[in-house]
Amino acid sequence: MEALFGITGKGFVLTASDTTMARSIVIMKHGEDKSRVLNKNTLMMYTGEAGDTVQFAEYVQRNVQLYGIRNGVPLSAHATASYTRRELAKALRTRNPYHVNLLIAGTDPKTETPELYWLDHMASMVKMPFAAQGYASYFCMSTMDRYWKPDMTLEEAKALMQKCIDELKIRFIASLPQFTIKIVDKDGIRDVQL
Amino acid sequence: MARRYDSRTTIFSPEGRLYQVEYAMEAISHAGTALGILAKDGVVLAAEKKTASKLLEQLASSEKIFQLSDHSCCAVAGYTSDANTLINYLRLEAQKYLFTYNETIPIEQLVQKLCDLKQSYTQYGGLRPYGVSFLYAGHDDDFGFQLYHSDPSGNYSGWKATCIGANSSAAQSILKQDYKEEITLKEAKSLAVKILNKTMDTTNMGSDKLEFATLSVSAGGKVVYKIFKPEEIEQLLKDEGVLTAPTEQTATSDTPSGVQ
Repeated sequence: MEALFGITGKGFVLTASDTTMARSIVIMKHGEDKSRVLNKNTLMMYTGEAGDTVQFAEYVQRNVQLYGIRNGVPLSAHATASYTRRELAKALRTRNPYHVNLLIAGTDPKTETPELYWLDHMASMVKMPFAAQGYASYFCMSTMDRYWKPDMTLEEAKALMQKCIDELKIRFIASLPQFTIKIVDKDGIRDVQL
Repeated sequence: MARRYDSRTTIFSPEGRLYQVEYAMEAISHAGTALGILAKDGVVLAAEKKTASKLLEQLASSEKIFQLSDHSCCAVAGYTSDANTLINYLRLEAQKYLFTYNETIPIEQLVQKLCDLKQSYTQYGGLRPYGVSFLYAGHDDDFGFQLYHSDPSGNYSGWKATCIGANSSAAQSILKQDYKEEITLKEAKSLAVKILNKTMDTTNMGSDKLEFATLSVSAGGKVVYKIFKPEEIEQLLKDEGVLTAPTEQTATSDTPSGVQ
């Protein structure tokens, strides 16, 4: 029932993740941030099996951090996504694969190119201009497909994100009352309000 | 008395020296010269082949200059058999990085990987260090063209122009004099020929004694590795006016066998 969104614009990626932690039919917690900052310009958002998600996200986070310290150059979003996919693929053929679905958002600080990668628990990876993870994708991919255009401004992207969230409120059976909205651009990662 | 500390790679002598590592470097100073020049639009690697007998079959692969990946190559001085092992390792590491990150390995990281391996042989017991020095030429998006040198101790350093092997100090002093910032690849090639011509023991330069390679970027932004064919080397030597008729000459006697 979890939902993640990512929309690329001119020099940034706008992301949204719902904040509900649920187990079976019970909501256990509101206000959970389902993302980890991998490095200054890369954010990973996750959904999936409760324990797996944080474990895997923090494992990747620390390896990306280690790479930056060892080599003095941060790992690019593309390399981060490829590395993450490789780790998922490695685990997939073991007795205990990670059940996590991810969105990785990054903006190259030099070229200011936004990048958004969609990964699922079967370790497939796609680079997308906009993406959604979970049931939300059934409702909102069409919305984003209709309204997304290249080089959107932040205001336009925010409006589109609001459209997606509204769509869920109308059509989706589960209620997702709150979303954490973030922006990933050349200056780093910040919380924003829609 | 000095012998006491000679045979052990991992033991310091009372003066704080690692003899086996120093001996490995000594072996390299007898090897054929290899030199590298970093230009603004590429890198040149040039090397002197020590074995030139007319009875010797030309190998399919080159002897002293090798491609490591799409965006890097290296020149070696020292034991060729050791070098082959290490080049295999370098190529594997470059592909492993590509496999994990889907990006080409930054040159310094590749150099570092090999130096970690070389260093381990100066510390773990019962083994000898690798008797090879490398010159690495490479290109990556972060730092552009780069030239590195690594020695048997596992030290490495980045250079604008440098030289290893026999007569390297003579070559290095010419480089210091004649190298200028913003040198072009074309100028770097002629400088390399000029220096080899001056420092090689032999009086007659020819394609049978030289290896030449360049790394540059094509109009489409792709890194291009070019190893010169014998005809191209002859042409280069002719253009620089240093070509002389090839004559029979065997390896100099003070070179240990296997060192090239």
